[in-house]
Amino acid sequence: MAEVRAEMVANVWKVVAAEGDHVDDGDTLVILESMKMEIPVLAEGAGVITKMHVAEGDVVQEGDLIATIG
Amino acid sequence: MLDSVLVANRGEIARRVLRTARLMGIRAVAVYSDADADLPYVREADEAVHIGPSQPARSYLDAAVLIDAARKTGARSVHPGYGFLAENADFARQVVAAGLTWVGPDPGAIEQMGDKIRARNLMEQAGVPVSPGTREPVTDVNAAVTEAERIGYPVMVKAAGGGGGIGMGAAADEAGLRAAFETARSRAERFFGSPAILLERYVERARHVEVQILGLADGRVLALGERDCSVQRRHQKVAEETPSPGVSAGLRERMLAAAVHAGEAVGYRGAGTVECLVDADTGSFVFLEMNTRLQVEHPVTELVTGIDLVEQQFLIAAGEPPSFDPAAVRPAGHALELRVYAEDPVRFLPGPGTITEWAEPAGDGVRVDAGYQAGNTVTPFYDPLLAKLCVHGADRAQVLDRAREAVAAFRITGPKTNLAFHADLLTSPGFVSGDYDTSLVSKLRPR
Repeated sequence: MAEVRAEMVANVWKVVAAEGDHVDDGDTLVILESMKMEIPVLAEGAGVITKMHVAEGDVVQEGDLIATIG
Repeated sequence: MLDSVLVANRGEIARRVLRTARLMGIRAVAVYSDADADLPYVREADEAVHIGPSQPARSYLDAAVLIDAARKTGARSVHPGYGFLAENADFARQVVAAGLTWVGPDPGAIEQMGDKIRARNLMEQAGVPVSPGTREPVTDVNAAVTEAERIGYPVMVKAAGGGGGIGMGAAADEAGLRAAFETARSRAERFFGSPAILLERYVERARHVEVQILGLADGRVLALGERDCSVQRRHQKVAEETPSPGVSAGLRERMLAAAVHAGEAVGYRGAGTVECLVDADTGSFVFLEMNTRLQVEHPVTELVTGIDLVEQQFLIAAGEPPSFDPAAVRPAGHALELRVYAEDPVRFLPGPGTITEWAEPAGDGVRVDAGYQAGNTVTPFYDPLLAKLCVHGADRAQVLDRAREAVAAFRITGPKTNLAFHADLLTSPGFVSGDYDTSLVSKLRPR
């Protein structure tokens, strides 16, 4: 099981993948926005998204959980 | 003379404008969102008005709220700074309609230059060189492919109504163009509210050089020298210097003359910037765009000319002559600006946070325009600019020496900063030699 966490304080602009989706290494899970920049958050391995912890419009802090991939 | 101003901006540029307003005896009103209540500029203003939540759309981009703040505080003019509404012709018109003085160019000039396609066509008519490109907006990918074949690859794809490098991309062939076009179109719609796209020939080894112009109240347009802005990451500037090490005396003369023509063609009044691309191989230049506002990097021009550009903006807005003799402008020495961003120094990803330590460098020729101090929190809502570290000296070698010392002495703890990148830049052979182009940063930080 892999946990994907936010690298910085940001707003969640787009949730690209959904719970139950199969993702491959490098697939975009969500797109964060911070300081006028879009930052894609990528899967770091293949698997199925068991839990998406954020929704569009949320504010995440550094280290917050974004998705769990099983 | 203007007796009062509302500064419709935040951070370092609000503080910069407030400083000159105070020197001129102009009563200055600041505005701030929730996120910015503790920043230095809010405290330094004569009066400060809370204008809403942290999201820019509900504060710094809300024209009605800003004009209402001016009315309530009795401010009789509006200075927009850069970014936010500075190049929004509708906002400028609303300011004027409210009976206030707009410290900027005529809204018509903002509009003409805000549409990059219209601007290119107008410049071409005025005899300013432009690169081969589209004369009409492109909204369809197949039309873009046809146009690119006519122009010739490689091409640069941009939002016609855009700025700040957002959505820009180069394409070497049709497949690349199709990808770049989709990116540019979605960003253009999201950020600028228009899907119109511009294509132009991409110059491979280019320097990004811009000319500072000043349209006087009597209609004359002056060119106050150039700035080299080729040190860029993600098509956004990181360091700027004047004079440009890549511009000869002859080229400078031609660029400054073209910039004056450009300003005259739109009846420009106030401070503006004509951005050009200089082909590093041939030494020729083409018009890129005109920024109808004060530029972030204006301090380097101020350092070599001794002219306070914000003071000239206020004087011109009031219909008065400049504070200096236009015939006696003699730039002296060399100047460099380093943008200190809240981002990591390797990948340049945003790193907001609370500032626990903030110690600015000082010394001969050192000027720091900062938006923050210890105890402030850098939030994710706005651009990552923390401060502009500017250095003046007799020549480029002295400036680089002073800049290395100043970068080493600048202490910021809390948010991430790109100071370590600047330290690398200032010792890199490419930058030190002066023989660099817009690909410099990607060479220093290969992926």
